[in-house]
Amino acid sequence: MEFFERFAIPHPSPAIYASMVAIGLVTIAIIFGLTYFKKWGYLWREWLTTVDHKRLGIMYLISAILMLFRGGADAIMMRAQLAAPENKLLDAQHYNEIFTTHGVVMILFMAMPFIIGFMNFVVPLQIGARDVAFPRLNALSFWLFFAGAMLFNISFVIGGSPDAGWTSYFPLADNEFSQSVGTNYYMIAIQIAGLGTLMTGINFMTTILKMRAPGMTLMKMPMFTWSALIANVIIVFAFPVLTVALAMGTLDRLFGTHFFASTNGGMDMLWANLFWVWGHPEVYILILPAFGIYSEVISTFARRNLYGYKSMVASMVIISLLSFLVWVHHFFTMGQGALVNSIFSITTMAIAVPTGVKIFNWLFTLYKGKIEVTTPMLYSMLFIPLFTIGGVTGVMLGMSAADYQYHNTMFLVAHFHMVIIPGVVFAMLAALFYYWPKMFGFMLNEKLGKLGAWVIAIGTLLAFMPMFFSGLDGQARRMYTYSESSGFGIWNMISFVGALGLAIGFALIVYNIYYSFRYASRDIGSDPWDARTLEWATHTPVPEYNFATMPQIESVEPFWDDKKNGKKLFKDKIEKIHMPNNTGIPFIMGVLFFIWGFSFIFAMWIPLIIFTLAIFGCMAYQSFENDHGRYISVEEVEETENKLGGKR
Amino acid sequence: MKLKRALLLAIITIATVLTGCEPLAVLDPKGPQAEVQANDIVMSIWLMSGIVIVVFAMLAYMLFKYRASKQKKDYEPPHIEGNIWVEAICVGIPVLIVAFLSFVSVQSNYKVEATPPGYEDKEPLVVYASSSNWKWHFSYPEEDIETVNYLYIPTDRALEFKLYSFGPITSFWIPQLGGQKYAMADMVTTLHLAADHPGEFMGRNANFSGKGFAENTFDVTAMSPVEFDEWVEEVHKTADPITEDKFEELLEPGHLGKMTFTGTHLDFKPAPEGENSGHQHHHGSNDDEEENHDNHEENEDHENHEDHSDHSGH
Repeated sequence: MEFFERFAIPHPSPAIYASMVAIGLVTIAIIFGLTYFKKWGYLWREWLTTVDHKRLGIMYLISAILMLFRGGADAIMMRAQLAAPENKLLDAQHYNEIFTTHGVVMILFMAMPFIIGFMNFVVPLQIGARDVAFPRLNALSFWLFFAGAMLFNISFVIGGSPDAGWTSYFPLADNEFSQSVGTNYYMIAIQIAGLGTLMTGINFMTTILKMRAPGMTLMKMPMFTWSALIANVIIVFAFPVLTVALAMGTLDRLFGTHFFASTNGGMDMLWANLFWVWGHPEVYILILPAFGIYSEVISTFARRNLYGYKSMVASMVIISLLSFLVWVHHFFTMGQGALVNSIFSITTMAIAVPTGVKIFNWLFTLYKGKIEVTTPMLYSMLFIPLFTIGGVTGVMLGMSAADYQYHNTMFLVAHFHMVIIPGVVFAMLAALFYYWPKMFGFMLNEKLGKLGAWVIAIGTLLAFMPMFFSGLDGQARRMYTYSESSGFGIWNMISFVGALGLAIGFALIVYNIYYSFRYASRDIGSDPWDARTLEWATHTPVPEYNFATMPQIESVEPFWDDKKNGKKLFKDKIEKIHMPNNTGIPFIMGVLFFIWGFSFIFAMWIPLIIFTLAIFGCMAYQSFENDHGRYISVEEVEETENKLGGKR
Repeated sequence: MKLKRALLLAIITIATVLTGCEPLAVLDPKGPQAEVQANDIVMSIWLMSGIVIVVFAMLAYMLFKYRASKQKKDYEPPHIEGNIWVEAICVGIPVLIVAFLSFVSVQSNYKVEATPPGYEDKEPLVVYASSSNWKWHFSYPEEDIETVNYLYIPTDRALEFKLYSFGPITSFWIPQLGGQKYAMADMVTTLHLAADHPGEFMGRNANFSGKGFAENTFDVTAMSPVEFDEWVEEVHKTADPITEDKFEELLEPGHLGKMTFTGTHLDFKPAPEGENSGHQHHHGSNDDEEENHDNHEENEDHENHEDHSDHSGH
């Protein structure tokens, strides 16, 4: 019994017990369903062992949407608790756990897989490649992310959730002040997922640099691919810092070192610095691919080429450099003095310049266009005004003396939500509607889609605009309650209404998926949006080899030139195609890492050693395995092509 | 059009709610530092509103003018690569705005990090403000007074707060007197403030520090120098001296009401500055270091309070 006590929830509530039962029932239902419908084999062959970038992309997206609802449930609980002064819905401990998991889940397990999911699906198609450079590594990336995400998500039913904020500042996150295993979950689960992300970074850098179709020079790459390339370069530079910081934090918590402790020469400020040296570039890892999506969508539906292609690329490169030079603005108030604050204040505000260039370029892309407001375009058009509000408040926060007043307040919370939701979430929803037909062979309903977009946009404004005011009125962030006399009540009530609006908006999207799955036409061709880039030049559904023959690229918009200007994309004859084989190793390693992480979190050293050896065993097996992939014969390719409507 | 209407509606709603309320604390400064910050904030709000309006107007114009429904069926949008002059303007104007804001920002940085102008003639009143879960301890070394969870300050002197923490990182914030600064366990940070007028203000820890964070507040009362001196005298007549045992008791996690003592804890438990700072290593005095560690661990465990007098004074 003593052994099992460690898994108990230190601070339980009926809601948590209900969740335990619900998780148990859902797990049983899934196992039963898979057995009853005899789908275990299908699941294993087609999904768990796949190395196909398109399927991995779809699995990333499913995970991201699941996590969106997990993080969204956290958000609703928080807003409900704060809707009225001195509310008793949640106590301090639960509120602290909820805002901590909300932050981690939304950034690392929702936004990241959303972005990486679209990178997976779109980038190889946009550059005319058959897969990514290292397909098995790609599968491993996904399974490590998934293991990390699941590990983090079970924390609230086994052992307790982290409660030191998503920034997990030491010494608050150290054993003395965070006694439950919650922060161990934070350290280990993010570590596992982060390793997966680092591998993604290496994989996509290589893919984009080495596997572009003939003729596609760097300056002929589509804008989303450019943004993905830069985001992955940032990943490769930034994520090792997170890896090291988390490892040091783990050592502090589990092995008694004092890197970040406030005693014995440890430095709590070191954690803050390391965290944000990763954390700020992380913001741009999220936002740059989102910018890439907007560039594709706006150009497609303005029916015009993207304005200022070169300055778009240049501004992204400049943003990526500046992103590493601004981390101190997350703690202007740490006492580093006027000179240091001045330097970081200027670098921070400087980012507004390249970002502004991008906004103006999108506006000029509309100029003389023939604008068609579809759902993806509507999200993009709502993005520009809302993101501008978020962006200019960011410049205000960048003024360090004034930041002493904004820091740690709801003003800051309002700012980053007004940047991340219109910036990243709208982009992901735009991309979801835009690429849905390519992924699944039918379109999502436009009417429901536009309604959802409006509800989400108005919900965003209602939820976050009031926070600018309550912040300036002195409401600190992360407070689980406030007094009636503070006067924060009205602002928080509006926010709660907005949060409900957002919930309705997301529910509408789910309903839209269900509705369109049942009623939408399957006869949509391979280019339903009349788009311009290469991913639309192949069939729907996309065959596993993506393109039967390699396209010849002569411009930034090769598919448009093929359609309108008669510059043929596909000139070669079909040859046999080399493809990688499926493998179970990445999935197995994901499972091993999950158990390894779980053992680590609870300091169970014997299983930890066993699973460490097992992980190395998998790596050794993979290294010595002699698998050169397989060939798809000319006949097979021709048969597939004919079935899909003939070779291009 | 729908977009414009929705945004307009949102702005009007917010404006109506706004006018019905008291002025927002940060924009209602009661001291020179808060005033510098409020001025920067209001100025940047106006400037940023200008940018927002330009972007909104351009977007509305483009969407209105170039909608497919407004154009001929066979209209083919032209291919436009970009124009060096247009892009130079798109870079140039933001550069000018950022340069202006940087100029203001740098000046304000030096203002808020120094004794405010007009207060230089008198020595600033030094107050050590230290946090413990989830309280504030205010030590007035000059007056030889210590309070818990409330702060009395005179209006005629600059205030120099020496901030540190007996636990997680906290942030000392009195919105109407000026912005916040972190209090940390291993070093002392300095926050320069001053109060222009007598009055009562809200003060709090702004940085999340665990379960009792929401209630981690303190009351600030600014009063005339005469009243302040009277208060100091009264405290010396009525309050009990703070002892090491008593202070250890106060450090226990939890919430306390307001308390007043004579003497300060700095005498037996100095702030982590100079040679006491947490990440200063004293090479060649390993024995002392060892002793220091023991002391810390005992503090953390809140045991053996009796032993502390043996270790004090380093």
